[in-house]
Amino acid sequence: MTRLETAGALIGRTVERVEDAGLLTGRGRYIDDLPVRRDTAHLAILRSPHGHAEIRAIDTTAARALPGVFTVLTGEDVARLTRSMTVGVKANVECWPIARDRVRYVGEPVALVVAENRYVAEDALDLIEVDYAKLAAVVDPEKALAADAQVLHPSLGTNLINERIFRYGDPEAALATAAHRISIRIAYPRNSCTPIETYGVIAEYDPGEDAYDVTANFQGPFSIHAVISRALNVPGNRMRLRTPPDSGGSFGIKQGVFPYVILAAVAARVAGRPVKWIEDRLEHLTASVSATNRVTALEAAVAADGRITALFWDQLEDCGAHLRAPEPATLYRMHGNMTGAYAIENVAIRNRVVLTNKTPTGLNRGFGGPQVYFALERLVHKIAVELGLDRLDVIRRNLVPADAFPYRTATGGLLDSGDYRVALDRALGEGGLEAMRLRRDEARAEGRLYGIGYAAVVEPSVSNMSYITTVLTPEERAKAGPKNGAQAVATIAIDPLGSVTVKVASVPQGQGHRTVLAQVVAERLGLSLEAVRVNAELDTARDAWSIASGNYASRFAAAVAGAAALAADRIRDRLAAIAAAQLNVTADSVDFGAGKLFDRNNPDNAVSFGRVAAASHWAPGTLPDGTGQTIRETVFWTPEQLEAPTATDGINSSLCHGFIFDFCGVEIDRTTGQVRIDRYVTMHDCGRILHPGMVDGQVRGGFAQAVGAALYEEYAYGGDGSFLTGTLADYLIPTVMETPEPLILHHETLSPFTPLGAKGVGEGNCMSTPVCIANAVADALGVEDIQLPLSPSRVSEWLYGEERPPSKPRDPTPAATGASGERMLTGSGSAEVTATRDSVWAMLLDPNTLKAIIPGAHEVRKVSDTHFRAEVTLGIGPVKGRYRADIRLSDMVEPEAVTLSGGTEGALGSGRGTGRVTLTETTTGTRIDYRYEAAIGGKVASVGGRLLDGAARVVIGQFFQALARHAGSASDAIGLKKRLSTLFRRRR
Amino acid sequence: MPHLNAAQRHLVHFTLNGRMVRAEVENRMLLSDLLRHEIGLTGTHVGCEHGVCGACTVQIDGKPARACLTLAQQIRGSNIRTVEALVTDPAVLSPLQAAFRHHHGLQCGFCTPGILMSLDALLRERPDAGRKEIREHLSGHLCRCTGYATIIEAALDAAEEQRKEETPNA
Ligand code: FES
Ligand code: FES
Repeated sequence: MTRLETAGALIGRTVERVEDAGLLTGRGRYIDDLPVRRDTAHLAILRSPHGHAEIRAIDTTAARALPGVFTVLTGEDVARLTRSMTVGVKANVECWPIARDRVRYVGEPVALVVAENRYVAEDALDLIEVDYAKLAAVVDPEKALAADAQVLHPSLGTNLINERIFRYGDPEAALATAAHRISIRIAYPRNSCTPIETYGVIAEYDPGEDAYDVTANFQGPFSIHAVISRALNVPGNRMRLRTPPDSGGSFGIKQGVFPYVILAAVAARVAGRPVKWIEDRLEHLTASVSATNRVTALEAAVAADGRITALFWDQLEDCGAHLRAPEPATLYRMHGNMTGAYAIENVAIRNRVVLTNKTPTGLNRGFGGPQVYFALERLVHKIAVELGLDRLDVIRRNLVPADAFPYRTATGGLLDSGDYRVALDRALGEGGLEAMRLRRDEARAEGRLYGIGYAAVVEPSVSNMSYITTVLTPEERAKAGPKNGAQAVATIAIDPLGSVTVKVASVPQGQGHRTVLAQVVAERLGLSLEAVRVNAELDTARDAWSIASGNYASRFAAAVAGAAALAADRIRDRLAAIAAAQLNVTADSVDFGAGKLFDRNNPDNAVSFGRVAAASHWAPGTLPDGTGQTIRETVFWTPEQLEAPTATDGINSSLCHGFIFDFCGVEIDRTTGQVRIDRYVTMHDCGRILHPGMVDGQVRGGFAQAVGAALYEEYAYGGDGSFLTGTLADYLIPTVMETPEPLILHHETLSPFTPLGAKGVGEGNCMSTPVCIANAVADALGVEDIQLPLSPSRVSEWLYGEERPPSKPRDPTPAATGASGERMLTGSGSAEVTATRDSVWAMLLDPNTLKAIIPGAHEVRKVSDTHFRAEVTLGIGPVKGRYRADIRLSDMVEPEAVTLSGGTEGALGSGRGTGRVTLTETTTGTRIDYRYEAAIGGKVASVGGRLLDGAARVVIGQFFQALARHAGSASDAIGLKKRLSTLFRRRR
Repeated sequence: MPHLNAAQRHLVHFTLNGRMVRAEVENRMLLSDLLRHEIGLTGTHVGCEHGVCGACTVQIDGKPARACLTLAQQIRGSNIRTVEALVTDPAVLSPLQAAFRHHHGLQCGFCTPGILMSLDALLRERPDAGRKEIREHLSGHLCRCTGYATIIEAALDAAEEQRKEETPNA
């Protein structure tokens, strides 16, 4: 393609952002800020407390009867008005946005309430009774494949939903002749770049036209629009999807709002009024979307000098409970660059996708990159260590050489440009590797733990819309019809006063698209930045868009800004022709600048931009013949390099491939196991830099998220499928205190495939940084099996495991983890009351007394003499919930002893336990002794153990204090309270 | 705080960005919901509603506070300031806001109003705050976009600017 010249008057400069004045003064327009119709109701969602259970019955009677509730919908109600969402592989499964006969992950929607406001809607959720029959949960992707594993989708008959095997070159021959075979096994954890703004949807249904109109903070890709329309059973033109002007970050995550678009749309239809839903943070962390966790076995055939001749990938991808569009894209996004930054001729790949009882996965910054590069770069580190080679030498020896670009990878990718070795050497020099090595040597000489890590990756951007079809066999692909390309679109419009508006379908999530587009277009038309206005939100009923539209795969700078430049050039050429006639010169001597069109050879011979630009409106008849209008120009651009997969499964999965080389030094605190990043250097080649400030902002932001993924963040599940990190107090996002400032370096080699020479840059550090830090930790500790996140507790296990056994054996009883991932609590205590033993006994068996003394009880019902039902509200730490308890009495020795056993269940978790209570007569009354053993699952179990144990003791203490108050005189109770509190403090 | 009947709405009076406001609210109404959904000042954002992210930070009687952890009933008679009050002339950014724009201290802007309200309070109370203090002060806020460095630069710059303005050039 022809290279467009950039004068550089605006492109490449760090101008202030046009977005910021509004955002800084509280005038942003995020989804929850938008005006809505006056009759808009609010949606709240009842969610599964279980990882895996059958739904036996749902009783919504009480919820419907609550004043202010408009309607309540179950999965069956939704199913009647919709179709299953499209699944991206050939498999006999359905994929619904709400549970029908079974729940398969904690947080899965079970019922919808539409009410006059959010408070009432949430009240109504408490009144819905769901009868669940728990099933064994499948959490570990490898165990999900076992012959006797519980199957999530009976129609599928297995948890393995897809398997494909690929072979490129002759990997077996390379292995047979290799000097070494070196392998590594990785279990990459789940995490999420979770934005600070949660999901939001405003939906409306017009029965007259059978049409939906939805505004959602969706980020694309708009291929999902087809999934939504099909699920709602309407043609695409009856599913109008709009995005708000501002979005509070996404990082891929807001692609996952689409099942809620469907739910809110149906709820609006049934309620007969617009419905608004704003997700809360607990819902977001538990059930919005997550990156995949992946188990990878990677083996390399290696020559004696460290040169890699073949790679054998075995990837087991865990997509959670349902395979939601566009999954299993995480597994295939990197398919063209599975050899990373290296020239490796032979590759074998086995890709398997498994379903487990976890939140379904979707887009997440880095999308597949962190999982792939963690394995590949850990392996390169290991190769050097095992062969006794310098790690940098092994990297250098394998890098794609500069004269090989554009370089076709073994798996079909086309690496567009680069000069990897030079970029690497510049990074080492300018980043100060020598000084870092000295610090490491000094630290080690003092007995401190210091390590250095490296990582070299290519960062793909501008996804080929057909890469996901690589999951199909060539025959299946042939049947489904060809898919390829990635249409980017930009429109430039000129109004009657001659001012310029740019319209794109890029749906920015905070990346400053409007500023960059103004730079690009203003520069090409010789205007000031302020003269150009940009609109980047999307309305599918009105705007130019394609399935590739949206904000993902780092496509903005490379594709969207490029399309805008092309559109500007088309307008520019026509304006030049019009001006030429007026200036009496030829079009090729017309230049643009300072808001004027002028004769390059005689700049005084000029006419104002506005006058020429408006001519199409006011006097179309005066335009030179054949010029065409200048009112509006829309350019669709799709790069020819994005071809469909070949018959042998070669796929150029992305248009551009930036290069990143990172190195870092970390120090590990021997006492606490804490990893401190001493220095981090990140070198980027992202092609032409359009706005240096924003590029560095993308790098820093991605880096901070990657530090989180490396050291703190994990979407953790208990063995019973309970979700353990449901608040921002459990899912630890780095604050300013945990985020070091990286040194950012750039090396520009322009992409020959994009209009401006730019490549994507936003995701690279999410791919390179976790493994770079892991390699540094491996270097510091000499440990090979590094698992993320590198939390102090995990690191200290390696430290103490290696150096000395724990000084004290662990106390086996308190706060262990139950067999099925539940949290175990045990405790005991005693209390003295002034009442006689007989009357205490009677109180313990009387529902009215129990209601008065059980903390938070609303109701206690006696089902039989030995069976009680109670409704209680309890708050533990930040988690307050309503629970239903079922209590049975056994082993009764009247009036001396009784065993209470029971279970409790609520939206936030479940528990079961037994307690033995014994009553002994004393001189002043009765002594009550109790010991209990309980297991807690669900969200409450994610509350820190110390908090939970403490809270349980307080609740149980409150129970006996209330009993004492009930049984004894007031003055006694005060004395008793003191005794009790000392007692409880002492016990532990 | 007086004893309130849960079944009724109750009147609260307070000063909001310099003007007296009266509102009738349910006892359980959060200050964040009152500001955003009853009064319509949507500059105060909500990111977690459990007190961790800091997006909802406003000033109550000059001190930064989480609007999501405050009940509307608790602010009777208080003086509340939100991000909307940081500019006096809508066309001119305050020095702190201008520094954020200059240093690219924001991307999506969702965390920004809360951070501005915290920093505004800090710089008023301690005009000589340096990098360390600013960092510590910011540790109560989560930003998922910027990686924080540019926020610190902006705050340092604004502090310096403020000191210059306050030193009489005699
Ligand atoms: S919304 Fe208040 S702290 Fe997060
Ligand atoms: S700018 Fe997006 S969260 Fe801070």
